[in-house]
Amino acid sequence: MSILTYISGWPLLAALLLVFVPANYRVIIRFVALAATFISMVLAVDMFCHFQTGVTGFQFEQQIPWVDSLGISYHVGVDGLNVGLILMGAIVGFAAACCSWEIQKREKEFYILLLIMTGGILGAFASLDMFFFYFLHELALVPTFIMIGVWGRGERKNYATYQITIYLSIGALLALIGLIALYVQLGAHTFDLPALTKFVQDPKNALTLKAQNFIFPLLLFGFGILVSLWPFHSWAPLGYGSAPTPTAMLHAGVLKKFGLYGLIRIALPLLPQAAQGWVQVIAWLAIGNIVYVGFVAMRQRNLNLLIGNSSVAHMGIIFLGIASLSLIGITGAVFIMIAHGFLAALTFGLSGYIYNKAGTLEMGELGGLCRKLPFIGTALLMAAMAGCGLPGFANFVGEATVFFGAWSQPALRVVTVLAVWGALVIGGVYMTRAIRTTLHGPLPARWNELRDATFWRRVPFVLLLASLFIFGCFPKLLTDKIQHDVKPLITLAAPARAGLMPVAFNSPPAHSN
Amino acid sequence: MNASLMSLEISVLGLGLVLMLADLFMAADRRKFLAYAAIAALGGLLLASFSGFGSCSLTGTAFHGMFVEDALAVFFKRFFILAAILVLFLAAEFSDRLSAGIGEYYSLTVFALAGMLFAASANNFTMLFVAIELITITFYVLTSFQRNRLASLEAGVKYLILGALSSAFLVFGIALIWGTTGKLNFTELAAVAAQHADQKIFLLGVLLVLVGLGFKIAAFPFQIWAPDVYQGAPTPTTAFLAVGSKAAGFVLLLRVLFVALPTVAAQWVTLLIIISAITILYGNLCAIPQRNLKRLLGYSSIAHAGYLLLGVAALAGGAHTSTAGGAAILYYLAGYLFTVLAAFAVITLVVRDGDSEDVSVLAGLNQRSPLLAATMTIAMASLAGLPPLAGFFGKFLLLKSVIELGPGNPGYYCLAFTALAGVVISLYYYFGVIRAIYFSREAADLSPIEISGSAKFCLWICLAGIFWLGIFPNTVLNLATDAAKVLGG
Repeated sequence: MSILTYISGWPLLAALLLVFVPANYRVIIRFVALAATFISMVLAVDMFCHFQTGVTGFQFEQQIPWVDSLGISYHVGVDGLNVGLILMGAIVGFAAACCSWEIQKREKEFYILLLIMTGGILGAFASLDMFFFYFLHELALVPTFIMIGVWGRGERKNYATYQITIYLSIGALLALIGLIALYVQLGAHTFDLPALTKFVQDPKNALTLKAQNFIFPLLLFGFGILVSLWPFHSWAPLGYGSAPTPTAMLHAGVLKKFGLYGLIRIALPLLPQAAQGWVQVIAWLAIGNIVYVGFVAMRQRNLNLLIGNSSVAHMGIIFLGIASLSLIGITGAVFIMIAHGFLAALTFGLSGYIYNKAGTLEMGELGGLCRKLPFIGTALLMAAMAGCGLPGFANFVGEATVFFGAWSQPALRVVTVLAVWGALVIGGVYMTRAIRTTLHGPLPARWNELRDATFWRRVPFVLLLASLFIFGCFPKLLTDKIQHDVKPLITLAAPARAGLMPVAFNSPPAHSN
Repeated sequence: MNASLMSLEISVLGLGLVLMLADLFMAADRRKFLAYAAIAALGGLLLASFSGFGSCSLTGTAFHGMFVEDALAVFFKRFFILAAILVLFLAAEFSDRLSAGIGEYYSLTVFALAGMLFAASANNFTMLFVAIELITITFYVLTSFQRNRLASLEAGVKYLILGALSSAFLVFGIALIWGTTGKLNFTELAAVAAQHADQKIFLLGVLLVLVGLGFKIAAFPFQIWAPDVYQGAPTPTTAFLAVGSKAAGFVLLLRVLFVALPTVAAQWVTLLIIISAITILYGNLCAIPQRNLKRLLGYSSIAHAGYLLLGVAALAGGAHTSTAGGAAILYYLAGYLFTVLAAFAVITLVVRDGDSEDVSVLAGLNQRSPLLAATMTIAMASLAGLPPLAGFFGKFLLLKSVIELGPGNPGYYCLAFTALAGVVISLYYYFGVIRAIYFSREAADLSPIEISGSAKFCLWICLAGIFWLGIFPNTVLNLATDAAKVLGG
């Protein structure tokens, strides 16, 4: 059994176990959930430490045939692209379980759903089989809808539930149609990704440009809706604003990266020619995310909606990195996916804490909170600075590399300039404004009774901040791993424009050197 | 004549007669046990079908080719027997709500099962007609069985009138086919159908046969009866109608289109695509405003007929190369059986006499009985096609069979997108049911619901089936693929 199976298996097993625990054993339920996610996190750290950088191929692989007649198998493995994502997912999963103290009613059901969500998405990231990749993500996605519907907050909860359900279901189903079309048109009778990647490198088997141009938009917009690609982003701010804290942390932090990961893992290597044709479209939609949603974020009066919008804006930078189709651009994109996972979980966790104590997140009513909540306030300040791209935090590394990568593409220069303005200036404006109105200034009398987080409540935030710091100060830990496996993607998807020699299709696959 | 091939059908008919006679000697308060006796007997037949004894291990034809025993027939026979067993569990729970004729209710259910078994093996238009009439006429009675309930009688009359009308179309169609070709046997017809493929009278005959079968599966535009009849009929009847009668319609449709008339089916790809698309949209859109649970499931069953027609459309376009569409239909039906019967089992247990069948009756169900609440939730999630449940893998197979043909005919892509729209719409009303269970504020009645051991057993079978088909699809998929090979030519 691969360690990856245990990483996603423990939370799922714990979910099954909780079904048989009576609902009034609240301590046991919480303990099981925390223990399972903690074990999963420790295993993920262990896996990350034992990952051998620079080794070609997948590590910790395991393959069990599932449906022979269709070529579906349970196949997990990690390379540089997903090793960091799994680590990030497992840490955020534990942090989300820690932050679940705010749930007071129907705890058993909540923890079952939370564990399914955690286990499902970790399995999806580890999966090297297109079917399981989709299947496990869908398994993780459905609990999100239910959690927002039942435990959500705010007056527009029902509307938000239906909106997010419909949006994300459409996205997921579009991607499913794309994946099935990919499977049948390749005609390799397997859902196995490494096998398919090898299969298309033979010029006989490569898809025609027409077929690629049919499937690529399905994947781009299907996955794009899941990642809140502009103009399909409107579910995200309201959905996160209405979601209970742990759900928002897990979804914004981990689940949302699934679509991006899908684009990099499936669309780029299997549909390389179409990817080149769609670069401009992706880049301009990314500007929609960065600039348009950035302006929307500036107008927000509610802290959660502001964070939700800023998280949508950050997705634009990742899309820009993918559009650059260059080594450092995509490496940066994967890096931000990981950094933003920590960051989104951190900010939603902190704002959730404030909401639970203060009962509101309207920035007009808050103010001066740093005096009453020194720890939470400082952590929020650091999170906001990380969100603006302050050096020292992991986000800076990712954003800088993405901008370098995008600038290296002559066709993307205009877009890059706009993106840098949007990300640094607009992002800076709304983040500092939010900090000023909530944390500084006069403290309204009604907040005099607020209590700062106790030691145990600080654990998840410290953990997330530490991760941001470690990868911000030692980016090599990730970039070396990512870069090694981005290289073969680039040689497939970006010929001369990336400054590399055009690759004749009969040359041996690039990762054999 | 090779009567040993029909030993299963003969046993089931015998069982029906025995039940009817035994009813005369049973005290009124012990008639419930007739249902358990019938379940035991059918369970034995089901086991025998897997053990190598009995007719399910044989292949061949009987009655001069009218009756055929092949992998497809065997798949459906097991399906029908399993459905009947679960329906009899529901009927046993329901029997205290029938004022009279409890024994007859069980034996009529068994007779309907016999009709379905014959339908699975029909290889001749005469056999097809007899099987359909055996099913439909027993259902007229089963539908209006609650004589003191106006809704039940109304449903019976509606079903009788529309059913008779569709039978008339069917007979007329058969007559036209026979008049132009001189053949009634499917295998013989396949040999001559190509010569008649451009003859208008012949095609009209085929069209009329499809009208008759479209009524059985409740496809657009022959779906009008479904919501009313589903709502009015006693719940176990509705369940059997939704699973057994629909599946019987599908096996006959598959045989007529792909065994008897493959050339015509290939010509009518566009028609099948359009019917499938409209059925999906009609069922899903009309289900949105429904408040009555059985009526909602009636519309949802129309939508599911539409999904199943995806497979028929795929077979029509590609039966000569791949029978993936056929395998997908069989797999989907297997998942549908457990899912729908689970939903109707919950309705049977929750809705007591005199209660309304409004969705609000489910309010607070998770406090009244967590098992029932969980079963209903899982059934709705499976109908909506969420993993890791049976409905997801079934929909995946159907979509795959359609998308496979997309490059040759863009209509199939349109169909796949329509199905996608249908799935998204359906989330709304399936989640509406789940919402009613867990989140309604005003739960008037919070008394716990007593569930008998046998009902629990039935619920657990359904749940196990839903998860088994969703997580371990291999076994059933291989059976379905073997069965669907009959349809390729």
